[in-house]
Parts: sequence; C-alpha cells; structure tokens
Amino acid sequence: MASNVIVGNQVRKLIWQAAVYSLLIVLAIVFATPLLWLVSTSLKDDSQMALWPPVWIPVPIRWENFWTAWTAGNFSLYFLNTAIITIGAMIGQLLTASMAAFGFARLRFPGRELLFSVLLATLMLPYVVTLIPTFVLFKNLGWLDSFKPLIIPAYFGGGAFFIFLLRQFFRTLPPEIFEQATIDGASNYRIYFQILLPLSKPALSTVAIFAFMQHWNDFLAPLIYINSPEKFTLALGLRRFMSLTEVRFQEMMAMALLMTLPVIVVFFFFQQYFIQGVVMSGLKG
Amino acid sequence: MNTSDKDTIKLPTTPLSQPQRRAKSIWSSQLHRREALDGYIFILPWFLGLLFFVMGPFIAGLYYSLTEYDGLTPPRWLGLQNYRNVLFDDSKFWLAVYNTAWYVGASVLPGVILGLLLALLLNQKVRGITVFRTLFYLPSIVPAVASVALFIYILHDRFGLLNETLFQVFNVIGPNWLTSPTWSKPSLVIWSLWGIGSGMIIYLAGLQGVPEVLYEAAALDGAGAFRRFWRITLPMISPTIFFVLILGIIGSFQIFTPVFLLGGTNYGQAAAGPMDSLLFWVVYIYNQGFFYFRMGYASALAWLLFIILMILTFIQFRLAKRWVYYEDEVAR
Repeated sequence: MASNVIVGNQVRKLIWQAAVYSLLIVLAIVFATPLLWLVSTSLKDDSQMALWPPVWIPVPIRWENFWTAWTAGNFSLYFLNTAIITIGAMIGQLLTASMAAFGFARLRFPGRELLFSVLLATLMLPYVVTLIPTFVLFKNLGWLDSFKPLIIPAYFGGGAFFIFLLRQFFRTLPPEIFEQATIDGASNYRIYFQILLPLSKPALSTVAIFAFMQHWNDFLAPLIYINSPEKFTLALGLRRFMSLTEVRFQEMMAMALLMTLPVIVVFFFFQQYFIQGVVMSGLKG
Repeated sequence: MNTSDKDTIKLPTTPLSQPQRRAKSIWSSQLHRREALDGYIFILPWFLGLLFFVMGPFIAGLYYSLTEYDGLTPPRWLGLQNYRNVLFDDSKFWLAVYNTAWYVGASVLPGVILGLLLALLLNQKVRGITVFRTLFYLPSIVPAVASVALFIYILHDRFGLLNETLFQVFNVIGPNWLTSPTWSKPSLVIWSLWGIGSGMIIYLAGLQGVPEVLYEAAALDGAGAFRRFWRITLPMISPTIFFVLILGIIGSFQIFTPVFLLGGTNYGQAAAGPMDSLLFWVVYIYNQGFFYFRMGYASALAWLLFIILMILTFIQFRLAKRWVYYEDEVAR
C-alpha cells in the first residue's frame, strides 16, 4: 500500500515536471524568437532576407553589416555622447542619492519624517506634469542643445527611487558600527566616506545598474533637449538611422543589437544585484 | 542575522559618574545639533533638486496651464480657458483619451495576469529554472528604441516575420500591423506583452517571500494545490499584485517612447500614427508643447492627466482595502 502511494506520488511529480517543462519551452520559444531574429538578421546579406523557411543561422555570416551601418550612421559619435551622459549622470546620482539616503537613514534632525514623506510622495508624481515647465526652466538657463539638462539634474538627489532604495539598505546595517565610529571621534563625513560607502557596495551597485539603464535607454529627454545631430545619443541616432530611406533592415537590426549589447552585458555581470534591487523596491514599500 | 553576531558587536557599558554624566549631556546636546546640521547638509542636494526640479516646475506648470505661452514671449493670462477648450472644443483630445484608455485597458490587465501566471510557472522548483527566468526577463531590459526597431521589422506587412509565418503556415494574409488604424494599437500591445518580464520579476520576488511553513501546514491539513494557491499564495502576494497594478496603470497612461516611434515614421512631423490611431495622451502633450509650441495648452493637458491619475490611484487605494492583505494589519 505505502509503496504504491510513493510510486503514485513520483509519477504525479514526473507528469507535473513534464507539463512545466513543455510550457516553459513553448513560452521560451515565443519570447526568444524576436531576440534571435534580431541577431540573425543583423548578420544576413540581401539574398537571405526573404526566404522561407526563415534563415536563422546565416551562411555566410555578413559581419560587414555592423561596419557599414556604424560608419554610415555616425554611431561612433553617438556612442561617445551616450557614454559621457550616462557616466556623468551616474556619478551624480550615486553621490547625491547616497548622501540623502544617509541623512534620512542615520542622522536625526527636525523635520526628517516630514521631508521623507515628501520624498515618497514625489515617487508617485507623474513625470509629464513637470515635463514642460522643466523644459522652460532649462531653456531660460540657456541649457538647450547641450548635455547639461541630461547630466546636471542628476547631481540634485539623483531621483527619489534611488534614495528610497539606498535608505532601505542603510537601515539594515547594524547601528553599532556608526555609534562606535562616532564615539571614536569620526565625523559624519568620515563615517559616510570611510564606513558607509565601502559597506554598501551591493546597494550602490544596484543603483548604478538601474541608473546606467535609465540613461542609456532614455529617449524622451534627449529628444526634447538635443537638436544638433552631432550631440545625438544612441537612442536619437538609432531613430534617425531608422528614418533614412536607404537603410536596410539588416543594418537597422545591427545597430539595434549594438545598442542593446552593453545593457545585456551589464545585466549578466551584475544579475544578483539587479534581482536584489527589485526585491528591495517591490516588497519593503 | 543570528544572535551571536549581535552580541559581538554590542558595546561594553560602564556606569558613568555624576560629572561624567553632566559632561556627556552637554556633549550630547552639541552632538545632536552637530548631527542635525550634518543631516541637513547631507540631504541638501536632494532638497535643492526638490525645489528647483520638482516643486518649482510642478507649480509653474499649473500657472502655465492658465496662460497662453509659446515659450518665447511672456505668458498671457487666460484663466480656465485652456481647460475649457481641451474639454469642450478639442475632439483630438478626446481621441487621445480614447486611444490611451484603449491601450491601458488592453495592456495592463493582461500584463498583470500573464505576468503573474509566468511568475508562478517560474517559481516551480525544476532544474534549469534560472535560465528560463533570465530568458523571460531579458526582453524587458532591451532599450525601447531598439525593441521598437525590432518590432517595426517583425510586424512589417510585407517583409515581417509575423505575416510571413501567418501566410506560410496558416495561409492567412496578415494585416498591415503598423500602417492600419485598426491594428496599430494591437501592435503596441504585442510589443508591451513582450516586456512583461519586468512585472514577472517583481511577482517572483513576492512569491519567494511567502513562508514555506504556510504551505506545509496547509498540505498537512489536506488542502489541494488549487486551494493552497487561492487561500495562501494569492492573499500573501496581493500587496505585490497591487504594487504592479498601480505602477502599470500610471506607467501605461504615460506611455510615450514606443507610441511616438511607431507613430512617427515621418521624421519631422507631429507623430500620431495612421489616422491618429496612435495619438496618445502624452504624445498629444508632446505635439502641442514641442511641435506647435503651445506650452500653456500642453500644460493644461498634463495637469488633466495628473488629476486623472491621482483620482485613479485614490480609487485603487480605496478598493485595495477589500482585496489586498497586509500581514502587519492583522497582527496589530
């Protein structure tokens, strides 16, 4: 009797696993197809484009698509511009968001709770409501058609979401470390630079990854603030490239792939921090 | 964290004498003042940002919405005229509301439900599951411009993979996905469903936070898989579902980049898609503000969207009391 039940359970478990796997594989095919199509198209020559069944592994592989598209679309310049903006803004966000988060997490001052609830309220603020007045502000400052609107605001707190994320992390650090340092005569500035930041590498990495993606992928802000093609980012450059009539799909896919690659590389290298960030942001709200 | 860690960090406490205590209290009040000052210094960059890049523009936008403003000459006071024009004389606005609502309705709920089902599937303990998790998450990190470029090709009426497959396998002639007013919004929904990984990963985190003990206890009591899902999983992750739902609604009401890119194939023209079928709320704000330089009118449109989103969020929080389960509330 008993062994029958165990065998029955095992059979049921096997059937369940088989069902799970088949569903997973079907869905995986659906989700992966566009990405595979992106990669394979970018390596095709004209004769392999309109064939049925579709060509998934092109023979011969045409690497030249990348080179012709890269030079024709002026992508070296866009790549450089995007890198400058992304790195410049990331530094500001990491610095000022961690500062604010340290203030909210560890230092007591009158009005702290009130200011923190204001911060939480700004998390819910739809971005469109400040879009036009912010544009007017930057126009009046003479910042249009420069990288300034894309970099400088990052040095003013770096975004409520990142402050919130870092504060959550800072509060999990044992308070005794900070108390001991204070008793030993360390100022809060020393504590911030020499104790807090080194201890917070995982959380700072999380913010760095999110910030990287935010700026690398951003489309609306560059669209609004930048006019001259020599100041375009990759996102604007790719859009311009797509609108050129002589561009072939292979070249379009090649450039879309090149824009995506850094994001995927960063994701694979820092996957653990990435998931951690999602957990921290989603659950402890 | 286990208790032994805590014990090693705990500081030795020695009783203080009377003068020591007085010295400490003076020292500590100075310390408190010092700490408060440092606190303000540390949050100062954020606070300045709040004033200049959030609160200032927020209020300025309300003011602009009551004026006629082209961004060059000073704003001219109109009172509520912009709002009256938007609501009563602007059929394009109502078209934008309709298109946006269509998209929100067609993408948010399926996204929330499919994302949850996908997360449940990916929460199964089978070998190689992390590979699948990564695979389903990847599309949601692809830059919007790149993924739109990819979908413009896949959904192309003549050269696209989708229509080619429909024709070769099912002998069906596929629609002109991106150039027909009937199919442009469904195309957008297809694009958005490819990215449900972002919601899925939040659910997955929620599912892994459900204590195993609850399932074990329920299994001992003889509860089947379906009952366990209905009575344990669903209530325990209802705050996560609520979070994804709120973010989903706020996000899809404000969707811009893919709509603009799919609708704006004519570079240098106001983007709205075939027969204005991709004229969405934020696209309309963009066209009015940055294409026709009607900053006042565009601000009124933005403020209306803000008001609608606040009302919707408020209603959802009220409704949430009926279906979202918070552990701490019961404990209290």
